Amino acid sequence: MTPDKAEDEGNEDVEMVEIFVMGKRYRVPKGLTIMTALEYAGYKFTRGCGCRGGFCGACSTVFRTEDEYKLKMDLACQTAVEDGMFLVQLPFMPAVRAMYDIEEVEPEEHDNILLDHYPEIARCVSCNTCTKACPQDIEVMDYVQAALRGDVERCADLSFDCIQCGLCSIRCPADIKHYHMAQMARRITGRYIHEHSDELEKRVQEIKNGEYDETMKEMVEMEIDKLKKTYEERDIREEG
Amino acid sequence: MKTKASDYETSAMKVMEKLGQPLVEMEDWYCCGAVQSLTEDDIMHQIAPIRTMCCAQEQGEDEVVTLCDMCYNVLRQANDRMKDKEDDLETMNEFLDEDPDYEGGVEVYHLFHILKGMEDEIKDAVEMPLDDLVVAPYYGCMLLRPDNVAVDETEDPEIMEDMLELLGVKVLENPKRTECCGSYHTVNRSDIVEKRVEDIVSYAVEEGAEAIVLSCPLCQFNLDFHQRATDFDVPIFYITELMALAFGLDIDMKNHKIDPRSLLKEKGILE
Ligand code: SF4
Ligand code: SF4
Ligand code: FES
Repeated sequence: MTPDKAEDEGNEDVEMVEIFVMGKRYRVPKGLTIMTALEYAGYKFTRGCGCRGGFCGACSTVFRTEDEYKLKMDLACQTAVEDGMFLVQLPFMPAVRAMYDIEEVEPEEHDNILLDHYPEIARCVSCNTCTKACPQDIEVMDYVQAALRGDVERCADLSFDCIQCGLCSIRCPADIKHYHMAQMARRITGRYIHEHSDELEKRVQEIKNGEYDETMKEMVEMEIDKLKKTYEERDIREEG
Repeated sequence: MKTKASDYETSAMKVMEKLGQPLVEMEDWYCCGAVQSLTEDDIMHQIAPIRTMCCAQEQGEDEVVTLCDMCYNVLRQANDRMKDKEDDLETMNEFLDEDPDYEGGVEVYHLFHILKGMEDEIKDAVEMPLDDLVVAPYYGCMLLRPDNVAVDETEDPEIMEDMLELLGVKVLENPKRTECCGSYHTVNRSDIVEKRVEDIVSYAVEEGAEAIVLSCPLCQFNLDFHQRATDFDVPIFYITELMALAFGLDIDMKNHKIDPRSLLKEKGILE
């Protein structure tokens, strides 16, 4: 593929921007997301791409713009390309994750259950680099600090929007694995702190009984347009 | 303070409330790191304590009081450093980047600084003098060293003794009160801590102490927990616990490894 593809095809009215992918120059139409721009440039994603909607955290990207010394991080599926962008996409984050049995991590029975499993959180120097890296605008440093003082629920609340992209953890000078720790906090909160939900239990039982198997099968086989329409017209009800 | 030392926090809150000077927890604060980095060019480890100063500044406060001796020591040293060394403050503010600059206008105090000016209120609040109790005061390191942050005379402090006397307790002279408890060696060198604890506790007991009083969660943990390696079982109180008892306030003393209740019952302080 040549960098000037759009112009070659006579699409002069499409404004193009110049980007550098792992050092190689491409011209891509303005307004594309990083993800679609990479595809436009001929890359095919086998990893580092999932929902394309900003939910799954698979598409972490590191980039810098022309006259800025700072490295920036964001999600490739949510960020528009800019002229003079230098970028690379990160397909996988090899972060450690603690193993535990959810039935044995009742927070009341331990001094600090998160610190026990992720002792490295005590190394936090409050530099706030993690917060600046987060594409979800989460107060990452604050949830690490909440965990450090044993406040599992606050850690869970502050990290609620985390999509496990891992960008915080590759920036942290203390090598903390924020998102795995916070996921543990949310699991503990769901299991021990939040009120038990009867509706949830009922629904899980219904799923186990196979009551939705038929509907699921229908959806898998549905035409894409019909599926979209069904999704848009879905019925959302308040609990209770 | 929120987990292993919650006895200190709850008793201190109750006592200060009773004295008409309630403590209000900061809306946000950051772990100070517990040990002050003395390296000249290490600004990284000053960020956490200075962030807490920034929190106070943004909340419109210019005074921060700590209960923990280690927090006091770290916050005070880091804060003083920013006030004394313009270059360091500038580097810090460069780093803080988009966050508001620290202007250096916050002062750090230990609870003792506040109690110091409240002798009359303390006397008035005592409902049940703890006459029968014989205690040894213990300061450890962090309240007194280095001497530019000391809450009292580094080699011959009296501030804790003065407070205890207001409660009616018999205070022993304790020359070991400024010695180190072993501090963070508790993490992986318990042998060091055990030696220190044996030395400090055995001296106090020989002099007739029935309990030891202090104000630091780590000293409390070391002297309390590591007594299991010795022949002693002397209760280790936070000073605010004795104040609460003398003021007739209810406290639960749930973090103690050596349960102080039997001593307190024997002395008629608890029923
Ligand atoms: S907290 Fe970390 S893993 Fe979670 S969304 Fe933010 S940067 Fe990604
Ligand atoms: S990047 Fe790491 S050290 Fe810095 S505030 Fe976040 S968790 Fe703490
Ligand atoms: S592909 Fe799922 S968040 Fe970008």
